[in-house]
Amino acid sequence: MSGLKAPFRRRGNNVIPGFGLSMGVTLTMLSLIVLIPLASVLLVLRDYSFAEFWRVVADKQTLATYRISLSCAGIAACVNVVFGVLLAWVITRYKFPGRRILDGLIELPFALPTAVAGIALTTLYSDKGWIGSLFDKIGVKISYTTKGITIAMIFIGIPFVVRSIQPVLEKLDPQYEEAAAVLGAGRAETFFRVVLPELLPAALTGFALAFARSVGEYGSVVFIAGNIPYKTQITPLIIMNKLEQFNYPAATSIALVMIVFSFLVLFGINLLQSKINKIARGS
Amino acid sequence: MYVELKNLNKRFGGFQASDNISFGIEKGKLIGLLGPSGSGKTTILRMIAGLETPDSGDIFIAGDRVNDLPAAKRGIGFVFQNYALFRYMTVFDNIAFGLTVQKRDKEYIRGRVSELIKLIGLEKMEKRHPHQLSGGQRQRVAFARALAPNPHLLLLDEPFAAIDAKVRKELRSWLRETINKVGITSIFVTHDQEEAVEVADEIIITNSGRVEQVGTPIEIYKNPKTHFAAKFIGESITLADYDKLHGFEKVKGFDRAVLRPEFVHITKVQKELYPHASQRGIVENIFFKGNTLELRVDLGGQKITAYQSLDDASFSVGEEVSVLIYRLYLLGENEVRLEENHSIKSEGSFFI
Amino acid sequence: MRSKTLQIFLILLGVLFVALMLLLPLATVLAYALRQGWRIFAAAITDNYAVKALNLTLLAAGITLVVNTTFGIFAAWAITKFRFRGKQALTTLIDIPFSISPIIAGLVFILIFGRIGWAYPLLEAWKVKIVFAVPGIVLATIFVTFPFVSRALIPLMQSQGSDEEEAAALMGAKGLEIFRKITFPHIKWGLLYGVILCTARALGEFGAVSVVSGHLRGKTNTLPLHVEILFSEFRLTAAFAVASVLVVIAVIILILRNIVEYRLKKEEE
Repeated sequence: MSGLKAPFRRRGNNVIPGFGLSMGVTLTMLSLIVLIPLASVLLVLRDYSFAEFWRVVADKQTLATYRISLSCAGIAACVNVVFGVLLAWVITRYKFPGRRILDGLIELPFALPTAVAGIALTTLYSDKGWIGSLFDKIGVKISYTTKGITIAMIFIGIPFVVRSIQPVLEKLDPQYEEAAAVLGAGRAETFFRVVLPELLPAALTGFALAFARSVGEYGSVVFIAGNIPYKTQITPLIIMNKLEQFNYPAATSIALVMIVFSFLVLFGINLLQSKINKIARGS
Repeated sequence: MYVELKNLNKRFGGFQASDNISFGIEKGKLIGLLGPSGSGKTTILRMIAGLETPDSGDIFIAGDRVNDLPAAKRGIGFVFQNYALFRYMTVFDNIAFGLTVQKRDKEYIRGRVSELIKLIGLEKMEKRHPHQLSGGQRQRVAFARALAPNPHLLLLDEPFAAIDAKVRKELRSWLRETINKVGITSIFVTHDQEEAVEVADEIIITNSGRVEQVGTPIEIYKNPKTHFAAKFIGESITLADYDKLHGFEKVKGFDRAVLRPEFVHITKVQKELYPHASQRGIVENIFFKGNTLELRVDLGGQKITAYQSLDDASFSVGEEVSVLIYRLYLLGENEVRLEENHSIKSEGSFFI
Repeated sequence: MRSKTLQIFLILLGVLFVALMLLLPLATVLAYALRQGWRIFAAAITDNYAVKALNLTLLAAGITLVVNTTFGIFAAWAITKFRFRGKQALTTLIDIPFSISPIIAGLVFILIFGRIGWAYPLLEAWKVKIVFAVPGIVLATIFVTFPFVSRALIPLMQSQGSDEEEAAALMGAKGLEIFRKITFPHIKWGLLYGVILCTARALGEFGAVSVVSGHLRGKTNTLPLHVEILFSEFRLTAAFAVASVLVVIAVIILILRNIVEYRLKKEEE
C-alpha cells in the first residue's frame, strides 16, 4: 500500500496490459534524451560560484540581449495575437475560395526550415531586397535591426496563435453569438463582449507559445539580427558566441537563465490549458 | 449462492464508492443493481468483472474466490454502457473477437458467431460496421459479443442508457427473454427503477456505496426496509404532518411518512365509500400522462399526487373532491412501517 | 450590406498578412535560386557537398523518426490508458524540448560529450566521437523533435477513451494484439500526422545541430547548415538553390500534413 503514494505507479486496477512496459520505456527514454542532458547544465555549474554566475548573467551585454530578445518577442507576439485572432476568425467563420489553402499555409513557418526562413527574410528585407529596398528609399533599415528581428519572430510565431485559437472558435457555437445578437448586441459589441472573452485563454496560450518560441528561436532570427552587441544581439546568439569562444561556463550560465524562463512560461501555459479544459468541460 | 460478495470496500480518493457491500446471487437469476448515479452500483459491477480491485473484501464466483484472478480469466461477459464495439471491425469480427483471442479454430468460430447472430436477429448484417447499425442493433451486437466465449456470468452496465425511449421498452423485453433463453446468470446496472422492476428477477438497491435492500421487485415495493427504498421505488412524496390525514395518528418514533399516488383514491364528494376515512381536498392541477391522469390535490395545505383512470369520472381544476388515503409508509429512525388507514374497517382493497 | 463589406475586408486583411509575411519569403527563395538560370541552380544542388549534406540530413531525420515514434507510442499508451500519480507532471516533462531554445538543446550534449563533459573520458577510452560528429547531430535532432509524436497521439487517444481496449482485454486479448487490432486503426492518421510534423522539424533543424556539428563540410554538415555556410560566403544563388530543395520538401510536407489532417477530421466524425 505504501507504493500507492509513489509517482508513476498505477492507481486502481485496470485490465489493459502494458503499464509497466510503456511506463518503463517512456521514463527511460525521457531521462536519457531530455532530463539527464538538461541536468548536465546544473552539473557543469556546480564548480562555479554564484558570484561568477551572476557576473555572467547580469553582465551589461547579456542584459542587453535579454532586453532585445524580450521586447522583440513581446511586440511580435502582440502582432501575432491580433492577426492570429483575425486569421482564425476568417478561416473558421467565412466561406471563400482559397480558404483551405489559406488554412494550410498557416503552418508554413512550422514546415519551413528555420535557416531557409532566416536567409529569405534577411534578403527580402535587406536594402536591396524586394521590401527592404522600398523602405530604404524612406531611410528605414529593417535587416540587421530590431525591426528585422521582430519580423522574423512574427513569421515563426503566427502558427502558434492561430492554432491555439482555431479549435476554440470552431467549438464556440454560433448560436451563442446569435443569442447575443437577438438580445440586441451590435456586431462589435457581440465580438468584444461575447466572443473575445471566450477566446481570451486560448489567445493568451497562443501569445505565450509564440513568445516563448520567439525568445528561444535561433535559425530564422540569427541571419536578420546581425549580431551587433547592445543593438541586435539576442540571447541565443550570445550563448552561441560564448560557445564559439569555448567559454562553456558562461554559455551554460546564460542557458540556465533561459531554461528557467522557459519553465516558467511552460508552467504558465499548463495553468492556462487546465483552465481552458475546465471551461470546455463546463459548457 | 452462485455469485457472492463479502464485505467489499472501495475508495476513490476521498470518495467511498463501496461501503461494506455483501450480497449473494443465485444461479440463473437476472439481477438488477439499482441506484441513483454515484450510488456505487457501477463500481460493484466493475469489481465483479475485475475491472476494479476492491480495497478489502472477497468476491466469489461459483464457489471460487476470484479477487486475484485477472478479469479475462473470470469467465464473465461484459456489456459496456456505450457498448465499446470495435469500430474498425465488422459485426462478425466483433462477435468473433473473444474466440479469436482464445485461438479457437475457424470452423468453430464461424458456427458460434452465426448461431449468435441468429439469436440477436441480425442475419445478413455480419459484414456491417458498428456505425452502420442503429442503437438497438449495436446493443444486440455487444450482447452477442459478450456471450460468444460462453461466459458463466453476464454483466451489463446501464444496458439501455444509450438507446432512445421508444426502442428501449422493446429492447428490455427482448433482453429479458433472450437471457432466459440462454439461461445465463446476469447482473445489470440501472438508475431507472421502472427498468429494474420490469426486467429483473431480483433487485439490489444501492445508495451512497451501501446496499439498501435486496429482494424481488414486488417485495421491495410492498415492503421497503429503508427510507431510501421506500422513496426510491415508485413515485412518492414525503409528508411531515401525516397525522393530519384522516385515519392516521402520530406514531412515536416515526416523524415522517411516504405517500404513493397508488395509495390515494379520489372520488366525487357525494360518491365516497368511506366517509369517515376520507377528507376534502381541492384539485389544483391535472396532467395527462398518456394512459392515466395525474391529479395534484391540495389537502389542507399538504400537496399530494394521485392517479386517475381515464374511464373514471372527470374532475376539473378547482373542484372539491373526496380524498381517501389507504395506507402510508411511516419512516422511523431505522425502520419503515406500513400503516393502514384505521378508519377503514373492511379489508382487501389494494390498489396498484 | 455592411456585414458583407466587413467580411471581405477581414478576409483581404488576412490574405494580405499571409501573402506578405509567409508567401513572400518563400517566393524570395525561389526567385534568388533561379536568378542565374537553371544551369547554375542545377550545379549548386548537385554539388558534392550539397548531396552529402542531404544524405546526412535524411539519415538524421530517419533515425529521429524511429526513436521518436517508438517513444510517442509508448508514452501515449502509458498516459492515456492508465491512472497514475504524476500524469500531469509527466506530460509537462515530455513537452520541455518544445519550450527550450534549440541552442540549449545543442549545448546540453556538448556539456555531456564535449571536451568538458562528464562522459568525455569514457568516449575517449572507447574512441567514440559524439559531439562534432554524426551521433551528436542525431541526438540534437531527436531532442528538439522529441514530443511531436506523443503530442499528436495523446489528445487523440484521450478523446477515444479506453472502452474498446478494456473490452478486448476483458476477453483475454494481449497487449500487442490489443494495440494492433483495436488501438492502431483508431490512431493511424494521428500517428502519421505526428510523424509528418516530426519529419519536417527534423529535416529543417538548424540551431541545435549547428551547435553540435562543428561544420565539417562533407562530414557533419546537414542541408540547413550547408545553406548557412553558402550564405555567409555570399554565394547567394547557391545558398538559395540549396534552400529551394528544402522549400520543396517543406511544401510537400505541408500538403501531406493537410491531407492527413483532413482524413483525421473525417475519421473523427
